[in-house]
Amino acid sequence: MSRIEGVMKAMKDQGRKALIPYITAGDPHPDQSVGLMHTLVKAGADIIELGVPFSDPMADGPVIQLACERALVHGTTLRQVIAMVKEFRKTDDVTPIVLMGYLNPMEAMGYEAFADAAADAGVDGVLTVDLPHEEADVVAPLFAARNLDPIFLMAPTTTDERIKAISEHSSGYVYYVSIKGVTGSATINVDEVAQKVAHIRDIMALPVGVGFGIRDADTAAAISRVSDGVIVGSVLVDTIARHQADPDALNKALTDLLHPMRVAMDSPAS
Amino acid sequence: MSVKLTEEMLKALPDARGHFGAFGGRFVSETLIDSLMTLEREYLRLKDDAEFQATFDKDLADYVGRPSPLYFAERLTKKAGGAQIWLKREDLNHTGAHKVNNTIGQALLASFLGKKRIIAETGAGQHGVATATVCARLGLECHVFMGAEDVKRQSLNVYRMKLLGATVHSVQSGTKTLKDAMNDAMRDWVANVDDTFYIIGTVAGPHPYPLLVRDFQSVIGRETRRQALEQAGKLPDALVACVGGGSNAIGMFHPFLADETVELYGVEAGGLGIETGQHAAPLCAGRPGVLHGNRTYLMEDENGQIAATHSVSAGLDYPGVGPEHSWLKDIGRAHYVSVTDDEALDGFRMLTQIEGIMPALETAHAVAYAVKLAATMDKDKMIVINISGRGDKDIHTIAQLDGIEI
Repeated sequence: MSRIEGVMKAMKDQGRKALIPYITAGDPHPDQSVGLMHTLVKAGADIIELGVPFSDPMADGPVIQLACERALVHGTTLRQVIAMVKEFRKTDDVTPIVLMGYLNPMEAMGYEAFADAAADAGVDGVLTVDLPHEEADVVAPLFAARNLDPIFLMAPTTTDERIKAISEHSSGYVYYVSIKGVTGSATINVDEVAQKVAHIRDIMALPVGVGFGIRDADTAAAISRVSDGVIVGSVLVDTIARHQADPDALNKALTDLLHPMRVAMDSPAS
Repeated sequence: MSVKLTEEMLKALPDARGHFGAFGGRFVSETLIDSLMTLEREYLRLKDDAEFQATFDKDLADYVGRPSPLYFAERLTKKAGGAQIWLKREDLNHTGAHKVNNTIGQALLASFLGKKRIIAETGAGQHGVATATVCARLGLECHVFMGAEDVKRQSLNVYRMKLLGATVHSVQSGTKTLKDAMNDAMRDWVANVDDTFYIIGTVAGPHPYPLLVRDFQSVIGRETRRQALEQAGKLPDALVACVGGGSNAIGMFHPFLADETVELYGVEAGGLGIETGQHAAPLCAGRPGVLHGNRTYLMEDENGQIAATHSVSAGLDYPGVGPEHSWLKDIGRAHYVSVTDDEALDGFRMLTQIEGIMPALETAHAVAYAVKLAATMDKDKMIVINISGRGDKDIHTIAQLDGIEI
């Protein structure tokens, strides 16, 4: 069982839902990323999605675009991001790490070299935003041989036929993109999400994490009741941007944002 | 090492996944996949639909003004001192460039799909103008994304688009040029995927765009082939076209791919010189990667981050290129070369002064290379340059280089 499957199963057994924060590696500075990852775990994260910065993040809104720019100004590379995971693993070998990004940095590194390094560092899953399963025939066997879970997106526009096909290429969990739009762009409609997630679950059995548009504890709690995991990104990245000059204030601000989500998600529905 | 291409082989490309050999494909986030699959299905149906094709052909004739002439440039030929140089006059199309061939076709597709809102990216503004034009004609809402840097250097086209009723979005992210305009157009599309049709301006992007843009632009090569046979009694020996994303070049080349004797030359923007790194020549100096929905030659750093490009011409200032060009390069069917900003400017002045035809700065790259090429060829040989656009939009840039305020 992969680390992600293990966490998802344990959460399910406890009747709880996974809290999955996203931050961009290297933002605001590569030296701070490992510390921020530990902060997220202390604040209640079950899985971390660690963004690999890319110069042209087409599926992201301005908040994550700017995070990529901050990380790239300091020369953050995919190899360094993998090294951050290795460093993180020295003191945390339970929290699953999913690398999330775009295909080109991985292609430039070489798929086999990437898969080797990621597995060696303790990466658990890989979500490549611009790699639909139809184009994943090269990476899929490399990931499978190293127990890296391929995480794919599903969207409001995903047809039943594709839900089935995507689930057959996925392991760990699937990431349901709750809105038509880029990251950080719109507010989530809980009822619509509930309906679609229920529909997805009728078709496939993997856990469903829901992301895009979740900014506060109430929404996190509401989404957690209709899914298996709550993915929170832009609001955290925005917090990082606002406190980039003051690491202590940043740690506190991230905790103040994430911990109430954890508490709300673990509280019985009122 | 060039392979002989047959009509049969060419019909099979791109394959069902949109691949041209190792290039092309559909690398986009999940939200867009369904729209792209619908577009592919509908296009494959309409491409053989008599009514659709008749409407397209009629629009090209009556609205665009096709066929565009094939003109023998006698004085330019004499100046170059070698092969005969002929010009395919895409600059005489309505809106002043080849871009309109494609926007007519895609707007027609949008109408068949019932989409009322159109978005487009633009570099030099020619595709933006061509899109705004067809939207005005069909009463469609039009949004054009343009890098802030390009908004500055192509202000005339920005104003043209506004006059035509389009909203121009100045893109402030990244390098503020064509690639960033394309990023933002894709972001808009994801958010408005239900009612919006994205008219991509070049033969890049996710499948089926490289296919359908190539098909719409192939009218250039088909006409050239027929006109060359009628006017010169033979096929050309060489075709020369500038390559940014590569739509005018593919439109010119594609109908000749199976004609072994016709050499194909794509001219990329050499900027300040390939050796300086300040250029926009992915086929000459880049390597394969994935950007904007397709695998193709890219300008990138060793870590896979897309590199900033430079060209005096906004329309060529793009780090990628259409995947079919990448394939043509790798199989050796087409030659890809580059000329510098300075050479292109010389080409601009030469064509303006000895033929009275003012080319776009993009096109001037093809002119500059063709003149060099002609000099190496015998006088009984024939070169056709695709004069992809006219140069009015670049007069400010030229004047500025001359230190003149207008």
